[in-house]
Amino acid sequence: MNVFNILIAGVGGQGVLLTSKIIAEAALLAGLDVKQSEVHGMAQRGGSVLSQVRFGDKVFSPIVNEGEADLLIGFEPLETARYLHFLRDGARVIYNTRPIGTIGVSIGKETYPADIHETIKQHAPAAQAFDATAAAVTVGEKRAVNLVLLGAALRHLPIDPAVVEQAITNSVPKKTLEINRKAFFAGKAQA
Amino acid sequence: MTKAILSGNEAIARGFLEAGGKVAAAYPGTPSTEVLEILSREKQIHAEWSTNEKVALEVAIGGSLAGVRALACMKHVGVNVAADPLMTIAYTGVNAGLVLMAADDPGMFSSQNEQDTRHYARMAKIPCIEPADSGEAKAFVRAAFELSESYDTPVILRTTTRVSHCKSVVETAEPVAVKDRDLANNVPKYVMLPANAKKRHLLVEERTSNLRDWAEATELNVVQQGTTDVGFIANGVAYQYVREAFPDAAVLKLGVTWPLPEKKIKAFAATVKKLAIVEELDGFVEEQVKAMGVTVHYGKAHFPPCGELTSRLIHESVTGKPLVCKAPVPGLIMRPPTFCPGCSHRGLYTVIAKLKLFVSGDIGCYTLGALPPFSSMHTCICMGASISAAHGMARGLALKGVTQKPVAVIGDSTFLHSGITGLIDMVYNGGDALVVIMNNDTTGMTGGQEHPGTGRRAGGADAPKLSIEKLCQVIGAKRVREIDAYNLKDLEKIMKEELAAPGPSVLVSNQPCVLRYKVAKKALGVDRKTCVGCKACLKAGCIALSFVAEGKTGYAEIDPLLCNGCGVCAQLCATKSIVEPK
Ligand SMILES: Cc1ncc(C[n+]2csc(CCOP(=O)(O)OP(=O)(O)O)c2C)c(N)n1
Repeated sequence: MNVFNILIAGVGGQGVLLTSKIIAEAALLAGLDVKQSEVHGMAQRGGSVLSQVRFGDKVFSPIVNEGEADLLIGFEPLETARYLHFLRDGARVIYNTRPIGTIGVSIGKETYPADIHETIKQHAPAAQAFDATAAAVTVGEKRAVNLVLLGAALRHLPIDPAVVEQAITNSVPKKTLEINRKAFFAGKAQA
Repeated sequence: MTKAILSGNEAIARGFLEAGGKVAAAYPGTPSTEVLEILSREKQIHAEWSTNEKVALEVAIGGSLAGVRALACMKHVGVNVAADPLMTIAYTGVNAGLVLMAADDPGMFSSQNEQDTRHYARMAKIPCIEPADSGEAKAFVRAAFELSESYDTPVILRTTTRVSHCKSVVETAEPVAVKDRDLANNVPKYVMLPANAKKRHLLVEERTSNLRDWAEATELNVVQQGTTDVGFIANGVAYQYVREAFPDAAVLKLGVTWPLPEKKIKAFAATVKKLAIVEELDGFVEEQVKAMGVTVHYGKAHFPPCGELTSRLIHESVTGKPLVCKAPVPGLIMRPPTFCPGCSHRGLYTVIAKLKLFVSGDIGCYTLGALPPFSSMHTCICMGASISAAHGMARGLALKGVTQKPVAVIGDSTFLHSGITGLIDMVYNGGDALVVIMNNDTTGMTGGQEHPGTGRRAGGADAPKLSIEKLCQVIGAKRVREIDAYNLKDLEKIMKEELAAPGPSVLVSNQPCVLRYKVAKKALGVDRKTCVGCKACLKAGCIALSFVAEGKTGYAEIDPLLCNGCGVCAQLCATKSIVEPK
């Protein structure tokens, strides 16, 4: 299998890393070579967070180049827009419509782009969008946005869904498994 | 044997256990932190958070002298702190194997500089080995211990952010049984009086010559056959980028970047038409290869010394053909890191910004006080520098006839790491600065590790809890006061009093880190009937707040999913419109 490149973008604290961890685990279970990259530390204090997963028969670089991403999972509209130039032609985008302000917006120095959804549409006409935060709240765990989005992205992943489910079981703490699975299926139903 | 996806750091921890390691010591620092976090869960070894990197290395040295394999872990700048023991342990050599894991941060995701640890290896004359992914990270730990013991030398295991934090597939194995050694009792070898050190230095040079032979033979340096129009020499993650960009090219992959295998390099260079040396940060290999008299066609002139490399950049530089790709969406606002909602640092900086104080800063979450809206940190150099620099500043200003008491802001972990020596110095030398210690009961910026002030060790076991206030008193600071960083009015009053008082003052805030301790207070809300849209609350610099420009004046809004109810913004509101929702 050729290398499949995924970008997962969001805001520190949203749980981006768990989503990419589950996808990487699923690729391993599927018998593929996989590399995943993420950034810790400073970037997690409410800053932009980007995680990258690459899997296939043989993966060298852990980093996705501009123009090479096959799938972008966006946890927040502005952060989705930030990485659109990484997409190859015909790539898939699925993102959460719920905006999170930046500190510049909060202190009144900047404004959140009002036309963010149009911008995304313009660069990625087939982008799919829904309020993943609302879905997570409905499920009963506002922090489960990451599993909602994983569920929604499922049909774009070239991995057997049963394997992804197994990867969830392997990756999340036992006591949160049930709520995370609920969130996952809520996301899956959205797509 | 099972397969798992591990980060480089997880693999290093695993490699340490598989290599029969027994003593591990570290001070947290991105991107190195997880190694010790993982090892602290293991009961059969000793794994500790040390007070700083010098201590960590010395603890590991002690372990090695006792006769067990030992590891010290730190980020690149930590090696500066540990450089003193490092330079001399290079002379004494080891007893059981001793490895220093140092994690560099090209691109400065979480660091104050981009220094290249490999220079330390050359300076200390000890080997530096560099894995390129997690599988190698694990294997290289074992190799490092064997090398350390065979050549009687400490070994630097160097990673970068992409090696430490990228995950890849690793095959795990059972630990090997290593025989512990006797306690090292050999005065001429281990007591570095000049007479002994002179003899040891001769042996260091001899060892270097032996290590050069080893570097020629070791499997850590491998030639991969391929097309020879351009052949590549690469190390660490740069090797992966080269492979990605030129899958068919001949590559000499260096697992050892000091000392270099000169013969192997010359032989490789002779087989390729053009030679490219691809390394992140400094042209460390390149300079040495050039000094061997080998022509380098592509090097630092093509692959910049600043920031990270990418496979795309390498491809473009070598082929001279830029790849066409889309431009980023223009004009997007940035999303810099910021204080968490509910963080006690916010209260402090709200007051400091109001009083327009000059702040000598330090490294930790509170460094974010340098960013808008506070813009209230005016110098930040390295861990522990805040107090000593404030002291020197106060003296300098006084000599110029300026009466201004500078303020040092420092965190608890940083204070115990190296701020304490600055405070002792200031008290001893009759200094005159105001020191604010933001004790949030954890090492926050690196993800919430224990330290002597938390009353717990790595892994969570109880420990004596150091009192920062008492420590300050005992070193002779006369004015030590506790503050509540959430109470703006009182904090302002106390700060004004202490700024007016002569001599050093120490203020200690003892509010727990909301992230680490999962402090969740009830979200506040804005009463729109009374909000006049004055934006005073926005000075709290909190992402839970925003301003809605609607109606005559507009109004502030609080996101209930983000707000942590700390009340700092509420204290800034003249109309008392920020309240607990009914
Ligand atoms: C010499 C050195 N070691 C480690 C680090 C990594 N580091 C950055 S901030 C920090 C700790 C900050 O903790 P603390 O002082 O308690 O402040 P907090 O982040 O909790 O506010 C560490 C360990 C560093 N920058 N330099």
